[in-house]
Amino acid sequence: MPALVINGTLRSFDCDERTSLLDLLRNHAGLTGTKKGCDHGQCGACTVIVEGRRINSCLSLAVMHDGDEVTTIEGLGTATDLSPLQRAFVSHDAYQCGYCTPGQICSATAMIEEARMGWPSAVTDDVETSPELSDNEIRERMSGNLCRCAAYPNIVAAIRETAA
Amino acid sequence: MKAFTYARAGSTADAVAADAMKIAGGTNLLDLMKLEVEVPRRLVDINRLPLAAIEPAGGGLRIGAVVRNSDLAADIRVRRDYAVLSKALLAGASGQLRNKATTGGNLCQRTRCGYFTDTAMPCNKREPGSGCQAIGGFNRIHAILGASDACIATYPGDMAVAMSALDAVVEIEGTAGSRSVAVRDFHRLPGNTPERDNVLEADDLITAVTLPAPVPGRHAYRKVRDRSSYAFALVSIAAVVEMDAGRIASASLAFGGLAHKPWHDPAIAEILIGKAPSKALFDKAADVLLAGAQGQGANDFKIPLARRTLHAVLAELTGETA
Repeated sequence: MPALVINGTLRSFDCDERTSLLDLLRNHAGLTGTKKGCDHGQCGACTVIVEGRRINSCLSLAVMHDGDEVTTIEGLGTATDLSPLQRAFVSHDAYQCGYCTPGQICSATAMIEEARMGWPSAVTDDVETSPELSDNEIRERMSGNLCRCAAYPNIVAAIRETAA
Repeated sequence: MKAFTYARAGSTADAVAADAMKIAGGTNLLDLMKLEVEVPRRLVDINRLPLAAIEPAGGGLRIGAVVRNSDLAADIRVRRDYAVLSKALLAGASGQLRNKATTGGNLCQRTRCGYFTDTAMPCNKREPGSGCQAIGGFNRIHAILGASDACIATYPGDMAVAMSALDAVVEIEGTAGSRSVAVRDFHRLPGNTPERDNVLEADDLITAVTLPAPVPGRHAYRKVRDRSSYAFALVSIAAVVEMDAGRIASASLAFGGLAHKPWHDPAIAEILIGKAPSKALFDKAADVLLAGAQGQGANDFKIPLARRTLHAVLAELTGETA
């Protein structure tokens, strides 16, 4: 019977131990903004923010998150009150079909915070330094989110504008 | 996924006594459970044990078993004194996975051999005695060093390759008490028992990895792969090399993607130390590395690739450009 704080509301669930956090969000909590792509941690469509960190919700058991705070795309903004990153995705046309978009936006929201904390990446020349979010840095840090429509140039532009 | 019982461990002793498979980040284990490659009947969750600190110890650092890959890579002491480890961690997986994956779990991640993860195929690692279809099959990612007639799988990770170069030590808690094993001795070659990836016994729990005091020198982690991010290594090299008056004063190297374990051969450093860097010298080092190399067909390219990658890394770290 895990209880999680989802988008600010404490909710408890009666679910099988095998239930992934992704399936709990979609099938038990009714929050279908989080998408199931590969269900194996390879595509990033299921990315949500748990305790301030972006993770693949498909590769985590719901029971492991008893007591945790989870933010999904529904918690970042609404149709009438978009988050800055959601607005930038709209204005830059950073999608085609839109299926990967909730994962892209949850991932980028947390990624911008990681960069603000000074975390280096695999393309940072000197890992002792805290680099600016160049396009190259954004691409590397977002490599866990695939876009089958290949809207990458506009995704990078939307993130760059929001992070600036 | 097969049904299992789930419990949170209240202490390391609980986890050891639980007669259960340990789960930390779960990023590899849950994936394998979905495929029914792993079918544990009981899971014990170690995520909330007090094993999440990075502390000074013995002149080096003691890294708790559930320290996340992203926290370890971002730790300023690691970035300053053990850059090869930070670079290796950042070269692995994705931002999301590094936020979950742990130090102990990463050491225990399993091979990405396609026959191992396909339960319709024979595999000596998954089902001992059933055979190896990778030999003579699709073996582009497979081992060129230390393989056996039973298994040619590779250890897939990056973190352990850097820890091997740094000569880190794994701390283990088991039913018979605690013990320490060098990272270099933690993973096994397949031999006739490829079902055993490493020296852990069923009830053992990794509690920490300790890094020795920092050594001087320049650090590099070079990873060659099919795409430039979020892919496993075909060949990777972790290296720390110190120069003194135009000669190589010290060198420590370990190799990923080549074998069933991070490959470390002290004879490679012995060839290099005390010498002025040159292409001829790098070739001699590559000769030592690849003396026993055996291609399997689709992975034959790894032999020249490992040689060229070693050249590139040594040239970068020694400043040899001739």
